[in-house]
Amino acid sequence: MSALTDDLPLLTVDRLGKNYGSRIGCRDVSFELYAGEVLAVVGESGSGKSTLLSLLSTQLQPTAGAIRYRMRDGSVRDVFELSQAERRFLMRTDWGFVHQDAAQGLRMAVSAGANVGERLMAVGDRHYGNIRHAALDWLGRVEIEADRIDDAPRSFSGGMRQRLQIARNLVTNPRLVFMDEPTGGLDVSVQARLLDLLRGLVADLGLSVIIVTHDLAVARLLSHRIMVMRQGRVIETGLTDQVLDDPREPYTQLLVSSVLQV
Amino acid sequence: MAHASKDSVLRLADVRKSFVMHLQGGAHLPVVAGVSLEVAAGECVVLGGPSGAGKSSLLKMIYGNYRCDQGSILVRDGAETVDVANEAPRRILRLRKSTLGYVSQFLRVIPRVSALDVVAASARDYGVASDEAADRAAALLRTLNIPERLWSLPPATFSGGEQQRINIARGFIADHPILLLDEPTASLDAANRAAVIDLIDVKKKKGVALLGIFHDEDVRDRVADRIVDITQFRHAA
Repeated sequence: MSALTDDLPLLTVDRLGKNYGSRIGCRDVSFELYAGEVLAVVGESGSGKSTLLSLLSTQLQPTAGAIRYRMRDGSVRDVFELSQAERRFLMRTDWGFVHQDAAQGLRMAVSAGANVGERLMAVGDRHYGNIRHAALDWLGRVEIEADRIDDAPRSFSGGMRQRLQIARNLVTNPRLVFMDEPTGGLDVSVQARLLDLLRGLVADLGLSVIIVTHDLAVARLLSHRIMVMRQGRVIETGLTDQVLDDPREPYTQLLVSSVLQV
Repeated sequence: MAHASKDSVLRLADVRKSFVMHLQGGAHLPVVAGVSLEVAAGECVVLGGPSGAGKSSLLKMIYGNYRCDQGSILVRDGAETVDVANEAPRRILRLRKSTLGYVSQFLRVIPRVSALDVVAASARDYGVASDEAADRAAALLRTLNIPERLWSLPPATFSGGEQQRINIARGFIADHPILLLDEPTASLDAANRAAVIDLIDVKKKKGVALLGIFHDEDVRDRVADRIVDITQFRHAA
């Protein structure tokens, strides 16, 4: 990557807000995300972190503010001013979205191979051999045995489904991946394996990631920076280890001190 | 913009820190105030003073792990000088990668990663090629007397002393021009203390600036070029 583009943010979020009628979803959120950065958004349920993720991934329309994204050709575009086709293309190639519930991000009735290959076909790859080869390669990278390629994810364990969802997202070489509680609902041993896998992939591929989690251990392991949300606002932000080891806001101190030590 | 003096690679000026404990009714916990000190290349400066004086907190502030309430923490980073007290997170991360090595008191273990790879990863992060990183890791683990049968195991189940030596290897494997050492010899036996003293000597000869905490007097006398007593920086609460 050239030094020039390295110094430009990939994503710029400017005073973003969303109201649901008179209720505030989130308010006045501003930040920049650079290539290769992992940003964790933490807070309790109702803090606005899920609303924020829906806005960032353009699944929700904001009531205030703007999101600018640096496209692959270097142009900076307001994501809400893209045409439907342009936005769909972004979601299918340059962006990924890993849902907490893998069933939301996968097609449960088609094979694992097809789940991975489908994203390639959506961007125009038509060569069956190439697609199957890419699918096999990605199944391997997320530690799914090659002989499961023709099985549907319905027959997979929770951890395997999640790994398949990650493969499906990464096969198109996205630059930005959104993750919504990617380890939520999994057994701790399965979580550890997934976290370790994610850590390796994110570093190797130089991905930019915005990960929403209520689990501070996940934030510590995966993210460079952290944003603490409460009642729809960002109340504290900084280096992940600094915010977790030297929290300043009363609410952040409460969050950090509420983690059970083992 | 402030500049560090010519030969000092680390300079603290008028640094102040306190904690406010909101969960304890906003209790104010003073740590240090008016800290000014410099460390030059090739020098080992030891922070002195009793437990609770703020030595460890000070190292954490230099590493950007704790916030600095006031003052500046200037670190030479190649041709640039970075003020850790006031820089953006991603600049501090870059500084840690290129310039600041840190041996903390406790190893933060990563599930599933072997001891050898935990150490080698630290060199790879610095920019050392994979093969060379693995070679360096093996050499360091040998120097620090970690039995070879443990190298392929994740350090989570290791003894305190073994984990501490993994941590030391992680800190020493790269070529960071500045090393911060938070009691690296606290839980080591005499042979391993001696090994760490040798590692420190090698770093000094290479022109690395070291700032450390050593409670063990033998080690302290052996490695310290200067001792800075930090009780002089007591925070007038």
